[in-house]
Amino acid sequence: MKRASIIMIVGSLCLLGLFAFPLWNIMLGAPQYPDPLGMNIHITGIQGVSEFDLQNIDGLNHYIGMKTIPKADEMWEFNVFPIVIIGMVLLGVLLGILGYIGKIDYRYFLGWFLLMSILGIMGMYDFNLWLTDYGSNLDPHAIIKVINEDGTPMTYKPPLFGYKKLLNFDVSSIPATGAWLMFVGMALTVVAFIVGWKSTGSHSSHQTHKLATS
Amino acid sequence: MKKYSLYLVAVLGSVLFLSGCGNQNGNDSSNGALASNNAEKVYVAPGEHDEFYAFMSGGYSGNVAVYGLPSGRMFKEIPVFSQFPTNGYGYSEETKPMLETSFGFVPADDSHHPDISQTNGELDGRWLFINGNNTPRIARIDLKTFETAEIIEVPNSAGNHSSSYITENSEYVVAGTRFSVPIPQRDMPIKDYKGNFKGALSFISVEPETGRMDIKFQLIMPGFNYDLSHPGRGKSHGWFFFTTYNTEEANSLLEVNASQNDKDFIAAVNWKKIEEYVENGGGTMVPANYTHNVYSDETHSATSTMKKEVLTVDPTKVPGAVFFMPTPKSPHGVDVNPTGDYIVGNGKLSADLTVFSFDKMIAAIDGKKYDGEAYGLPILKFEDVLAGQVKSGGLGPLHTEFDGKGNAYTTFFISSEVVKWKVGTWEVIDRKPTFYSVGHCMIPGGNSRKPFGKYLVSMNKITKDRYLPTGPELEHSAQLYDISGDKMELIYDFPTHGEPHYAAAIPASILAPKSQKIYKLAENEHPFATKNVSDARVVRDGNEVHVYMAMIRSHFTPDNIEGVKVGDKVYFHITNHEQDFDVPHGFMMIGQKNSGLLIMPGQTKTSVWEPKKEGVWPFYCTDFCSALHQEMQGYIRVSPAKSNIDLSWSLGE
Repeated sequence: MKRASIIMIVGSLCLLGLFAFPLWNIMLGAPQYPDPLGMNIHITGIQGVSEFDLQNIDGLNHYIGMKTIPKADEMWEFNVFPIVIIGMVLLGVLLGILGYIGKIDYRYFLGWFLLMSILGIMGMYDFNLWLTDYGSNLDPHAIIKVINEDGTPMTYKPPLFGYKKLLNFDVSSIPATGAWLMFVGMALTVVAFIVGWKSTGSHSSHQTHKLATS
Repeated sequence: MKKYSLYLVAVLGSVLFLSGCGNQNGNDSSNGALASNNAEKVYVAPGEHDEFYAFMSGGYSGNVAVYGLPSGRMFKEIPVFSQFPTNGYGYSEETKPMLETSFGFVPADDSHHPDISQTNGELDGRWLFINGNNTPRIARIDLKTFETAEIIEVPNSAGNHSSSYITENSEYVVAGTRFSVPIPQRDMPIKDYKGNFKGALSFISVEPETGRMDIKFQLIMPGFNYDLSHPGRGKSHGWFFFTTYNTEEANSLLEVNASQNDKDFIAAVNWKKIEEYVENGGGTMVPANYTHNVYSDETHSATSTMKKEVLTVDPTKVPGAVFFMPTPKSPHGVDVNPTGDYIVGNGKLSADLTVFSFDKMIAAIDGKKYDGEAYGLPILKFEDVLAGQVKSGGLGPLHTEFDGKGNAYTTFFISSEVVKWKVGTWEVIDRKPTFYSVGHCMIPGGNSRKPFGKYLVSMNKITKDRYLPTGPELEHSAQLYDISGDKMELIYDFPTHGEPHYAAAIPASILAPKSQKIYKLAENEHPFATKNVSDARVVRDGNEVHVYMAMIRSHFTPDNIEGVKVGDKVYFHITNHEQDFDVPHGFMMIGQKNSGLLIMPGQTKTSVWEPKKEGVWPFYCTDFCSALHQEMQGYIRVSPAKSNIDLSWSLGE
């Protein structure tokens, strides 16, 4: 159980990577942009991959009537997400410590994982809502208005995950380093759960095994 | 004629093919079937980049053109000494000061010899220097922005031709006069030239961090013609060599009268000794008038300052500083090999090259073995300093470059060929024709301790039938040779703009990564910049109207202006708000007696318009900037001089 608790602590601490690395990355390439424009979505705000990428994306988006990319203080998420992550890190470390000193058992680790998964899915849902709004809530006076074959106005929602062609742009959207660290951390908490389960639940079989081999 | 050319090409092709086959013992193991595939050697596939940047002087265009090697594609023309309506250089208020001289505003020149800055004798790719030959000036081009950053006028000089060669740590860029003149200039009979005219050799210091130029001293030499020059390098670092002709000091019909002496001189100048002399207070400060024009990337503006004095040095006052080496037949180019051991004099009226030994020169100086003197300056004995002569078999040698592998390549104007010979044994290894009448040749880094001996470019004076005819006036012609094997192979030719006298080339890997993409708007310190669209405005000051204008895809702010009157002088101060690579905007105003502007992202430029007629007059963006470029336009209402309409401006109202 001590090993499981240490894994639990390490796994929770992996979430701190989200403060150093972006959560998500969206790249926009086009014939005119052999070096694609890109934005890195951090839990604290959106940054350009290169210095002037956000400004240039906004400049291009004004043709199709998209709103400008929100600043950190224009979205509540960028205030709440860091608090949630810090909270989950603290909770995970606390659970690890309590597990280490034997106050709680391994099932709490799975509980943390399930809570984090729910929060993560809520975060993705929220992110997708924003992408949808960003891509479809367009200025009615937009310079370029493209109508789909079915007569509806074309929208420009970037994909939540994967690749999409939007007019002349090839848009890709994939998790970035911070998200991968978070996934690794979450996976470690599951490992902590399994290791904890094995070490306490199968204590007697371990003994048997030892006898059999001696 | 056409048939003849085809025949010539066929013969040439078979010669090249044969030489390719006969090259099996060459060092380059790639010689073989591929060697004859010249198309492959110069083909740079779409989207691929060239291996070298080549900066070719534009001659009478006054500019520098940037080419790629081996493709021969032209990337850019950099305006230097000439007004350039393409982007407004020399027309915009910011760049007019660049062309100020002691003669006033001079809108054109004749650019000759570019040279790239060096550190420890190797190309460092920071700056390119080039001389204006006609109204003597030296320019420094910044190789991050590929724009002219500074121009300094050279007083007491005329025909600034033995220029602009730099020493191996870029300590000095050197500018010598081709025409001797009265110093100081004065009204005197031309026939009194002899003994009275002087030739100034200027050593212009280059500030190591900023590249700023300043004339450290001018060596006031006898009244010969100082034709070309080169720095010593390696062991001969600290010396500079100048060819002279017209040691006869003729002042008329020079083609006859300056060709009488069997030998003219190569002047060897120990500049370190003179530097020491002036640093110890030597030399005479004399009154002079010359401009120093500096461009700032922060203010996007140039300033012109008139300098009032220059330090001159009488070479006879500095013993051991200047010596003459007799050189046959009116030498043109003087070139120093990469190790600095040999000084090659190219006697343009002879068949042979004269090569001097630096070691022998020092020995002769130490032994004080002189063969008389000229105007108090010792002449060394020809035989004492001679290292060897290249019996070329050609006629009219002009310039020599080196490949860093112990070989030299000399151009022959009269016999129209490039001759390859071995340094040290002086034997001729190969010769190839050029088309036609070659001036300089150039090997990337050929002017340094470390040449990149892969290609040689010959820059020819005569084009004739090389390309489709374009009436009487033709561009010049350059030829590209592969010099990686024992034998040179002519692999390509391409037209060049103006008259490229000389060129300097450098591996793209040194320059391309640091080529600047935009100017940062946040760092724009132009006094008339409009950094926020909310600051866009129109201000009247008497009959001057200042328009603070911003531009971004795809509109001007403001784009409707009223209250301008006939007789006003309207200054458009336009700031490009783009911060995206390769999104310039242009500007032109109907009836403007000026060039348009081409404004890079983050940059501010100013154009003046003096409306003469009432009406409503449009302006527009001249650079196709976006899908809505055609919409990028505006109007100015011009009212009668006595009207009382207030200034007003707007966008989107």
